Amino acid sequence: MDISNYLYLSVILFTIGALGVLIRRNAIVIFMCIELMLNASNLALVTFSRIHGNLDGQVASFFTMVVAACEVVVGLAIIVTIYRSRRSASVDDASLLKN
Amino acid sequence: MRTSSHLVYLIALPLFSSALLLLLGRMADKWGHIFATLISASAFGVGISEFMEMHSHTGANRAATQKLFEWISVGNLKVDASLLLDQLSICFVLLITGVGTLIHIYSIAYMDHDKDRRRFFAYLNFFIAAMLLLVLGDSYLNLYVGWEGVGLASYLLIGFWNHNPTYAVAAKKAFIANRIGDVGLSLAIMICFTQFGAVSFDGVKAGASHASPAALTAIGAMLLLAAAGKSAQFPLQSWLGDAMAGPTPVSALIHAATMVTAGVYLITRSNFIFDASSTARILVVTVGVITLLFGAIVGTAKDDIKKALAASTMSQIGYMILATGLGPVGYAFAIMHLLTHGFFKAGMFLGAGSVMHGMDDEINMRKFGGLARLMPITAVTFGLGYLAILGVPPFAGFYSKDKIIETAFNQGGGKGIILGGAALLGAGITAFYMTRVVVLTFAGAKRWKDGSHPHESSVLMWGPMVVLAIGSIASGFLLSAGGALVNWLQPVVNASHAEGGKELMKPLVVSVLALGIVVLGAGYAIIKYRTVPEVAPENVSIFTKIARKDLYQDIFNDVVLVKPGTTLTAGLVATDHNVIDGAVRLVGWLISEVSDVLRKLQNGYVRTYALMMFVGVFIGALILWVVTA
Repeated sequence: MDISNYLYLSVILFTIGALGVLIRRNAIVIFMCIELMLNASNLALVTFSRIHGNLDGQVASFFTMVVAACEVVVGLAIIVTIYRSRRSASVDDASLLKN
Repeated sequence: MRTSSHLVYLIALPLFSSALLLLLGRMADKWGHIFATLISASAFGVGISEFMEMHSHTGANRAATQKLFEWISVGNLKVDASLLLDQLSICFVLLITGVGTLIHIYSIAYMDHDKDRRRFFAYLNFFIAAMLLLVLGDSYLNLYVGWEGVGLASYLLIGFWNHNPTYAVAAKKAFIANRIGDVGLSLAIMICFTQFGAVSFDGVKAGASHASPAALTAIGAMLLLAAAGKSAQFPLQSWLGDAMAGPTPVSALIHAATMVTAGVYLITRSNFIFDASSTARILVVTVGVITLLFGAIVGTAKDDIKKALAASTMSQIGYMILATGLGPVGYAFAIMHLLTHGFFKAGMFLGAGSVMHGMDDEINMRKFGGLARLMPITAVTFGLGYLAILGVPPFAGFYSKDKIIETAFNQGGGKGIILGGAALLGAGITAFYMTRVVVLTFAGAKRWKDGSHPHESSVLMWGPMVVLAIGSIASGFLLSAGGALVNWLQPVVNASHAEGGKELMKPLVVSVLALGIVVLGAGYAIIKYRTVPEVAPENVSIFTKIARKDLYQDIFNDVVLVKPGTTLTAGLVATDHNVIDGAVRLVGWLISEVSDVLRKLQNGYVRTYALMMFVGVFIGALILWVVTA
């Protein structure tokens, strides 16, 4: 199988994630879309690592996973807090900082 | 040329005293006036000892210098702050400190009731320091510092009672008129530097011998403008009359004896410039003649005793300026008249102050009359000054003024007759208006109200007046005996008797003519003012009306200078407001409008921000791709 197919998959996943972020209102779904984008880029990095025959891409993808894990912790905490106070997880409702 | 280490004390002493009195403030109120007077007297002492020292040397060693510090060293311009005491400066040093000390003493009594007496004395000391710097500077730039200093002192002292708006305006008027002259002086210094690469008197003198006539004429004209501003000469004379708003001792010291004569000093000091440019000399004599007649005519119509004396000062300085324009021999006569004038005019101003003191600050001569019996010492000292200014032999003015008239006639040809005739006519008018002052003030019946009690002033006031009166009697004879002053000034002004030119008239003839015209003028005044109405009559000739209005000079200034100036300023203000401020406001308005548009992007919706980020990243990637591909 042509190795570039992995890259196509990565692009498709990233685009789905990006569209999800732009279109969906539910914070949890947006959050999952972001995770999807991160994993799509991980897939691309690992593929590049394979193409170039070194481990640089794989190391970078490890970093991405660590960052993603931290982000989940902080992000979920914020979302849960907002939901508790406003009874809604819609990102459009949380627009108090405008003006 | 010897060096001296004591010259700096002449300036440092009064400067220190002035600073001390100003800084200590009310703490020095009790002793400030005495301290300032002692300091002024000690400066006079230093002056005397320097004069003795100078007298004990001969030839080139008479002049002394003292280098204080290197002041300016920029490229080709090197100026030291150094002092030069030569035969010319010592005359001024003795006049300034001597008359200055007398006026300090007088002021102790005159300003007795003023709660700001200490400040007054601090300013007086400051004036003495600045004036000494003016005459002791060895370069035009050092002179300029003193020149500005005396201008400042004059401004502060004219406006000493600045709670009266009229007085404050008079101070401003004097300052602005002086500034116009100062522009002339600074331009002259700049031309000197570009032409000769030097601003010291020696350097300019060396350069002047091979300079282009145009440059010399330009420098001469600019120096004359400076002199006209400081010495109240035509066309910048309007400030002197208003300057009488200051306390009378100030009028005596600054606006009669010393500061207003700085212009004469400047021209005499720059004799090498004027000797080399006949055009500049013609300008000088023109200004001198116009002012001496102008001042005399204005003097005939003034009812304010101080303004009459101010007009007289203007006219007498006109004589000096005329003399400086008459070539080498004229300088010495100008300085001689300056010194004698310093005595008799200061004396008369102090006399006027004494009269005002006794008459509850009344200045209108029409409300005086018959004061001679009640104020005998004032009347006698004033009378001696009066005889001196008239040029009656053997009083001081006879020796100095007749010499100027004589030298003017000796110019020869039509020029000599015009200049001499004008000077002679001026002497006649001088006799008329001075007699008028004396008659109105001291003679005749009393015209003052019963409420006032004229009385002789205290010894602190009449003492200096007596000393100055003695000077009015003796100074002319002493200075001219055996050509004393002419010989003394010879090394500075290069006056040699051979250059006197052919005599148009014998000195005796000139003296008799002058005396005759003086008697005519004085006699006419005595007849005319046998009775004096208390209010100035309205049905007077057109000439009197013009003279009362200072020959329309203020109106002329107003129309020609002030109005266009105000219009220009208003235009500049409008430009500043509309164009410059407008541009600033436009930038602010633009930024605010653009921000209003951009603000809409900040709508608070996270997904919009995310879209913007994606678009941004996409565009960034696109650019990267295009650039690298």
